[in-house]
Amino acid sequence: MTAALQVQDLNRSFGALNVTRDVTMTLERGARCALIGPNGAGKTTLVNLITGVLRPSSGTVLLNGEDITALSQAVRARRGLARTFQINQLFRGLSVLENICMAIGERDGENNNMWRSAGAKRSVIDEALDHLDSLRLVDDALRLVRELPYGRQRLVEIAIALAQKPRVLLLDEPAAGVPSSESHLILDVVANLDPDIAVLIIEHDMDVVFRFAREIVVLVQGAVFTQGTPKEIMSNEDVRAVYLGQEGHDAVQRGGRHG
Amino acid sequence: MAANDPTGAQSAIVTPVRDAAATAARDRAAEYLVSRHRFRWAEALPWLACIAVFFLFPDRLTFGSQVLVMVLFALSLDLILGYAGIVTLGQAAFFGIGAYTVGLGAARLGWTEPVSGLFAAFFVAALAGFISGWFLLRYRGLTLLMLTLATAIMMQEAGNLGSEFSGGYDGLPGLVFDPLLGRFEYDLYGRTNYVYALVVLAVVFYFVRRIVYSPFGQALTGIRENVRRMHAIGSPVHWRLVTVYTIAAGIAGVAGALFTQTNAYVTLTVFDFENSAKVMVMLILGGTGRLYGAFLGAAVYMIMEDYFSKLSPTFWQFGIGLLLVLAVLFARRGVLGLFEQFGAYFTKEKSKGAKP
Repeated sequence: MTAALQVQDLNRSFGALNVTRDVTMTLERGARCALIGPNGAGKTTLVNLITGVLRPSSGTVLLNGEDITALSQAVRARRGLARTFQINQLFRGLSVLENICMAIGERDGENNNMWRSAGAKRSVIDEALDHLDSLRLVDDALRLVRELPYGRQRLVEIAIALAQKPRVLLLDEPAAGVPSSESHLILDVVANLDPDIAVLIIEHDMDVVFRFAREIVVLVQGAVFTQGTPKEIMSNEDVRAVYLGQEGHDAVQRGGRHG
Repeated sequence: MAANDPTGAQSAIVTPVRDAAATAARDRAAEYLVSRHRFRWAEALPWLACIAVFFLFPDRLTFGSQVLVMVLFALSLDLILGYAGIVTLGQAAFFGIGAYTVGLGAARLGWTEPVSGLFAAFFVAALAGFISGWFLLRYRGLTLLMLTLATAIMMQEAGNLGSEFSGGYDGLPGLVFDPLLGRFEYDLYGRTNYVYALVVLAVVFYFVRRIVYSPFGQALTGIRENVRRMHAIGSPVHWRLVTVYTIAAGIAGVAGALFTQTNAYVTLTVFDFENSAKVMVMLILGGTGRLYGAFLGAAVYMIMEDYFSKLSPTFWQFGIGLLLVLAVLFARRGVLGLFEQFGAYFTKEKSKGAKP
């Protein structure tokens, strides 16, 4: 069976700075993979390369076995590659329902229609409401996104990506900035995603990573440092050194400031 | 029609157990989207006002048709600026192309039939919009602003270079057009012109209204609200923008053609930067991103300009400036926004009174 997503020898440099170096990784169908690594490791850059926001300097990206390296972001999205953003990218002046309908409309090509009224296709609205239902957002359906509390906006961020009916879903720190009292809402959604979707999640919270992921890729300075099952990663001394080194560094800085 | 089908059909298809409150919430949400495009009675007001003007001010109809032309022009800008968020200072380019398509057609080719002239103006201006839009809409913000401005200036200069053909800044005076539909002669009071302009405006308005409420129109709003997300959900953003830019250029061309036909002359000043800027001021004054913002803004601007210039032929622009400053300070969503605020206030008061 072909993998849902394959990244081969991916490189990207900005001038002399190599932010992605020879990254090779595979997401099987239904994968639950976590991408971790210290700040500045190039995690978001990798997502941008996979989704087509950025073009790689070299290397290939395969979606269901097809080479999509030369395709635009929009074409990749229509072929089943969806993402969420680390910082919300929502249609803030529109209602929650309209946000979801937007994604469905683009997926179905409905948004090319200039003549029919946007509300005329009941199936689109019903599907959007089903998505909202499963994320318990129906009561907010008619509220403008910008009026929602941040945690709920984060849910809409995921709901839009799910409405694309993706085969591969990239979640860029889905719970970032959400108060801990609300983060369980988002983590529940992440834990209950359709088992057929291959999911790559970027996350800093190790509890989330170990609860969610069946495999972990550790990225350090743009290159794959190591990859394996959560158990392997947890017991890997080198990974600890990377993280402890980071934390040790922070602790020293903190100590220095106070002392 | 499926759109008008009541809630029954939906609850028959979706079977999962859902309590009554949740179903009600769903229905309320769906109903909002389904009914949003429906005609509201308040929409009849501007059109009734236009008809009333015909009977109440029979000696101001020439001015009235100029207002209608500007409403149409502002509507074209609203489609791209208000809905798609394309900031342009070059809309006069397409207004001018439409104006000269009809003007040159009549003066050089003897094409004096007015209605077919409008169609010709639409297609020529739309073609120009398509070609320039294809190149320019890769840019946004200030870059786009300068490039669209340059387009209008280039058109003007092209007309100036070929002044033997175009008539240059002296223009093409004394154009004569066939009677409308072969029957209606143009009278001294501009009654034919007024009705003509009003009918054209109504027809174009109907098309624009359909576009705005369509899924395509929603996608334009999406591009305005967050273009990064539109790319991420698979929207062919550039195509969408080129499409709407082409349509808006065509509409501006129709407005320009009407301008030439109702004035029976045209000069290169139609390409002026002032013309592009004026139509943007009108739109901001009326309220962007709403259909009747163009209507209200153009009417308020033109009437104020007329009034102030009679009050003080030298300082009338001060009055317009003051109006714009007041609008920006106190009516950020335009005159239409003010009306909506009042409307919301009164409905609140009423519901308070109903349920003490």
